[in-house]
Amino acid sequence: MLKIDGIAASPGVAIASAFRLEDPDFTVNRREVLDPEAELIRLDEALAKSEKELEAIKERTLQELGEKKAEIFESHLLILSDPELLTPVRDKISTEKICAEYALNETAQEFISMFENMKSDYLKERAADMRDVTKRVLIHLLELTYVNPTDIDQEVVVIAEDLTPSDTAQLNRKYVKGFATNIGGRTSHSAIMARSLEIPAVVGTKEVMSQVKSGDLIIVDGLDGTVIINPTPDLVEEYKAKREQHLQKIEEWKKLREVPTISTDGVHVELAANIGTPNDVTGVLENGGEGVGLYRTEFLYMGRTELPSEEVQFNSYKTVLEKMDGKPVVVRTLDIGGDKELSYLEMPKEMNPFLGFRAVRLCLERQDIFRTQLRALLRASVYGNLRIMFPMIATLDEFRQAKALLLEEKEKLVSEGVSVSDTIQLGIMVEIPSTAVLADQFAKEVDFFSIGTNDLIQYTMAADRMNERVSYLYQPYNPSILRLVKMVIDAAHKEGRWVGMCGEMAGDATAIPLLLGLGLDEFSMSATSILPARSQISKLSKGDMENLAAQALQMSTAQEVVQLVRNINA
Amino acid sequence: MEKIFRITDEDGIHARPATALVNTANKFKGVESFAEANGKKVTLKSILGVLSLGLEKGDSITLSSVGENAEEALQALTDVMVKEGLGEVNA
Repeated sequence: MLKIDGIAASPGVAIASAFRLEDPDFTVNRREVLDPEAELIRLDEALAKSEKELEAIKERTLQELGEKKAEIFESHLLILSDPELLTPVRDKISTEKICAEYALNETAQEFISMFENMKSDYLKERAADMRDVTKRVLIHLLELTYVNPTDIDQEVVVIAEDLTPSDTAQLNRKYVKGFATNIGGRTSHSAIMARSLEIPAVVGTKEVMSQVKSGDLIIVDGLDGTVIINPTPDLVEEYKAKREQHLQKIEEWKKLREVPTISTDGVHVELAANIGTPNDVTGVLENGGEGVGLYRTEFLYMGRTELPSEEVQFNSYKTVLEKMDGKPVVVRTLDIGGDKELSYLEMPKEMNPFLGFRAVRLCLERQDIFRTQLRALLRASVYGNLRIMFPMIATLDEFRQAKALLLEEKEKLVSEGVSVSDTIQLGIMVEIPSTAVLADQFAKEVDFFSIGTNDLIQYTMAADRMNERVSYLYQPYNPSILRLVKMVIDAAHKEGRWVGMCGEMAGDATAIPLLLGLGLDEFSMSATSILPARSQISKLSKGDMENLAAQALQMSTAQEVVQLVRNINA
Repeated sequence: MEKIFRITDEDGIHARPATALVNTANKFKGVESFAEANGKKVTLKSILGVLSLGLEKGDSITLSSVGENAEEALQALTDVMVKEGLGEVNA
């Protein structure tokens, strides 16, 4: 038996046998052969097997997902019989007397790099198809064993180095009971995805891949962030009980769907959700969200070949506002640039994308993009309770400029006879320390603040949250962060403004008592965290939490703060 | 015989229509069909060849067929170009 610690990424307990999800070793060596004829036969056999597989996949995709999704496999089949690929491969085998896998791989790589170097993004992506087909044939030529995640047909826990968003999306929830990875953190894509799929997960274990064989019995405890390999029967029983307890809790949470969030001493706070697309609203309402605290509009701009039109944007904003039916919706204007690129904007690569030309900085320069979004928002404002916030504000001047553009567009619309709501609240995200420190001045001009902790923490600690080696510095409970949060809340309340938080921290069970004590008015989190947070807050007294927060602010390390909160959560 | 087209599709010639073109060219066993664009000529019986032309919106492409039933083959290829919304015949 072995216990490994990782990061609790998605709550719940999974007990099943391990399934290692990994690419086989595709190393291809140049082998000279005595009998090229035999190699040609091997090649044809591998091609025939691949073709049979693809036909089956095409058929299954056609049945399950329809014609459009199946077309991709039709093109894979054509690549498999393509004379431009096979003629040079066969020539190489015959004239150079080399093995089939080397000849195939060498020729395929030429096509892959040709696609990679193409101008159009669309054609660049064809490199992935070419890789896919090549791997399929190599699996047969090298006699590798490989199981695709979509082929899993019994209950397993998936073990992997890391999971891409598409890997995670492909996991069949019926059989995949949980997963554990070597790398990643609470905010990595795989973790966020696991929470939305409600699969228990532990990430960043560093060694699960080197310790686990396929078929080992595994417990993934996504509540405490531990993975247990080949547990004793007693331990299995213990964790089955823990799993049962967690499932009962979920039942209890469901009863809180229609109830407001009120502490034991009668203070009401608002629990809202972070969303990325209008489709996410369903989940918000199912989980009893009292609003949308962050609508990330970048998804409207991503995965396209040109900017989204005003009309496209207007329809999305209108849909969200209508579905939320008068509940507040905070829309964040375009937060893109740096690490999140839009190919069609052709932005130069930067050395420090997180400190670069992005978000409101980009919008103030590319006013064409910004004005289109503001117009779409203003036109949608009459369909619900709209609040607009600007991301990455570092100076008051930036806020004033952005606000002026909004007012200009509003005036234009009104003079065109378009109706615009007069009660749109206008706020900013506080994610840069300069803004947190100067919150008292900002509070005179904004209607609200929303604290973006993911970035506020990385800018305050000067540590890239995507960088594994400095991930220990991502410390939400560091007293320095708590003091900044307090500064913002106190400054806002003094001017009669409200403060929300839309980073991961807002839904974190350890942070919630502290945030309640610091006086946070609105907590915005992933939809699935809302009910557990409501259950937690309804058992806390705000008065007691104020004392707790006051103590935490006087601590010297994050560990001491965590210890302090654990004592009351126990 | 040949026909010239101007690509009107946003994505140029992408995987789905390229698949349709190659499938159509393969139907005519006795005919060799070619696509020529940006100074490069490829056989239409190769999807990799067609994709390697790197066609984008606004480019022009010449389709040609030689052999028995060449006329019929070229007409079928033209139908694919038009039906798939790939391009318009440059008269």
